[in-house]
Amino acid sequence: MFLSELEKGECGKIIKINSDSVLKARFSSFGITKGSIAYLVEETLSKNTIEIRIKNTKIALRISEAKTIEVEKSECEI
Amino acid sequence: MRNISNKKLIKIALVGQPNVGKSMLINSISNSRLKVGNFSGVTVEKTQIEFEYKDYLFKITDLPGSYALNEYTIEEKVTKDYLEDANYDIILNVLDSTNLERNLYLTSELLALDKKMVLALNMNDEAINEGIIIDETQLSKIIGKPCIKTSAKNKTGITDLIETLVSKFESSKFESKLIFSDVIEEEISNIIKLLTDKRYKSDVNYREIAIKLLKEDKKTFLKFHEEPIWIELQPLLNYALDHIYLHFGTKNLEDIFEDEKFAFAKGAVTETVKNKKIIEEKTLTDKIDSLLIHKFFGLPIFLFLMWGLFQITFELGNIPMDIIDTFFASLIDSTKEILGDNEISSVIADGAIAGVGAVVLFLPNIVILFLGIALLETTGYMSRVAFLLDGFFHRFGLHGKSFIPLVTGFGCSVPAYMAARTLKNDRDRLLTLFIIGFMSCGARLPIYVLFTGAFFGGENAGNILFLIYIGGAILGLIAAKVLKMTVFKSEDEPFVMEMPKYRMPSTKLIWHTVSNQAWMYLKKAGTYILAASILIWFASNYPKHLEYEEQIDKKIEFASSEEERFELKSQLVLYNLENSYLGKVGKFSEPLFAPLGFDWKMTIALETGLAAKEIVVSTLGILYGLGDELDENSEGLIEKIRNNIPFASGIAFIVFVMIYLPCLAASMVFAREAGGWKYLVYLFVFTTLTAWILSFIAYNIAKVLIV
Repeated sequence: MFLSELEKGECGKIIKINSDSVLKARFSSFGITKGSIAYLVEETLSKNTIEIRIKNTKIALRISEAKTIEVEKSECEI
Repeated sequence: MRNISNKKLIKIALVGQPNVGKSMLINSISNSRLKVGNFSGVTVEKTQIEFEYKDYLFKITDLPGSYALNEYTIEEKVTKDYLEDANYDIILNVLDSTNLERNLYLTSELLALDKKMVLALNMNDEAINEGIIIDETQLSKIIGKPCIKTSAKNKTGITDLIETLVSKFESSKFESKLIFSDVIEEEISNIIKLLTDKRYKSDVNYREIAIKLLKEDKKTFLKFHEEPIWIELQPLLNYALDHIYLHFGTKNLEDIFEDEKFAFAKGAVTETVKNKKIIEEKTLTDKIDSLLIHKFFGLPIFLFLMWGLFQITFELGNIPMDIIDTFFASLIDSTKEILGDNEISSVIADGAIAGVGAVVLFLPNIVILFLGIALLETTGYMSRVAFLLDGFFHRFGLHGKSFIPLVTGFGCSVPAYMAARTLKNDRDRLLTLFIIGFMSCGARLPIYVLFTGAFFGGENAGNILFLIYIGGAILGLIAAKVLKMTVFKSEDEPFVMEMPKYRMPSTKLIWHTVSNQAWMYLKKAGTYILAASILIWFASNYPKHLEYEEQIDKKIEFASSEEERFELKSQLVLYNLENSYLGKVGKFSEPLFAPLGFDWKMTIALETGLAAKEIVVSTLGILYGLGDELDENSEGLIEKIRNNIPFASGIAFIVFVMIYLPCLAASMVFAREAGGWKYLVYLFVFTTLTAWILSFIAYNIAKVLIV
């Protein structure tokens, strides 16, 4: 499944990132990397944008970007 | 290196990810001895700060906050270029202690530069509160650079940090300790060996060259391509890369080095950081966020805050306006009294002072607006709004962050153009710059008030006014969509944004930001307006027609009644204006605007409006024969407009004013922010054409409706 499919309050462990290298580098500088666990904090009403939390960092991203991140459901660490 | 005061100069490059408290740290370090100078590049600014400590003169260059040293945003490019090419002694890397792992990612990239470096583990106070314990001695050992715990807020560790910088400066540099995995280390040493054997001459450390070659850095390759050593280097590199590919099971070098950096950051953190509180309850940020970015309440709360900001901007800002207005009016009068009634006093009083006064008049509004925006920015709320609005804006080809400059545009376009700097992507920024003008600025209000008052009843005027503003915004969004589909066709900038912790901003920092921006507004807008005012004054006063003036003067002498004299004076003013340079231009360009139903007077008003929108009303006032001491509230002018301008032409005029260029000052700032005069030409053509076409449509519809 993809990060975009997580429901609010769920967590997913990132297993693969399919975006181009520029965006991938951007992701990793935010801590969005293989093996990290993302917690879905909130989504907007139109479901266009989501907010996730990885470790201590909160990140907002568009659904189209979230679709490039493959995750598997996992237990939340926090 | 010694400067005049015999102090040793230490040049420091200040680097850190955004929101780590860099600016605050710099404020605490240099304290009151702060001397700030702005080097403005095209779009981003690096700030330089100088201060003295014991026998040393510190020169700190504050680089834009960067998550990584790639070229993802203009700011990061500036930082990267500076770190690679500029001449400095020490890198001061600021890190957020509460978010060490992510921050060390940038550190790992900085280590690859192989320069003297000191790490400031900032926000130590917050880390203590959150139960995060960092073993900085151990961290220093792993990284091979001194790490100092600091808190810019409580001013702890600052002296320690400065002392460390000094001793670092005086000591010789150690070899960089960024260690890669064995495979990569092996290939690095192979390349270093070749360079050493060949005694290759370079200012850059061999290790750094080797790392860059393995990373396929373009600049390094370009350089080596032209050197004889390339022949031997190439097969070695081929072999090295093959080895690395085989080991990592991928040919994507960026992926490989990303993994390396992360492994480094993660390793360092596991060894040095202990988290006391394992299960934490919701933090304050979480609590605030659950309300502010709530699915249903988030947007209404934002709209309310925005509405509040505008209320304060206009209500509170209007209080000192009267005082400023009176001040300039009396200044004009006394200037004329002192200098007498001549050309010089006229150009100073009616040209320069009046023009500059009109700009200073809006200073209170600007300061309040800037204060509001600075508060939104430093508390961390701005990124929440970008999150909330991105979906809506994206549909029109805009970015979530575009809203800041657009909202500012309702106040004044000048700060709005400057606010567009928050946008990272060049095309998105240009697109936003292009549509800022559609957000009707405060200076257009007098024109709207005048025309709606003239053509609509008092009870309807307010609604029409509201409609004009909303209409402008909607037109702007449509224009954005059209431009995005035609001119600024580009891949959408990905929306990935950090949502920083909410923080109470420091008053000092806010004051610094606001006063700095207010000063820039005064300086920039002031100089342009000054030039424009003098130009307009000249164009509307010359050439002189002495013969005609004498004729009229004689008639006035013989005039029997006060009324007749007034009539004659108006006649003279009209004649002078019609035959001034400005009048000639108006007559000349009249045919261009004839299809919109404008006469030469309206044409001229529009043209002077290019300098500043406030001038439109007074130009109309002069041209319709009432003298120039008029404002939008005088009943006489409204009457004159109603009697002289047909309804359809009036509507067309409003539409034109809504869309065309805001003013000269704004145009100058636009050219500067967009990065070239050619963009101003594009903007002029785009807005004028759109204004003409829509105005033409409005004119014809209004004509049909009236019949």
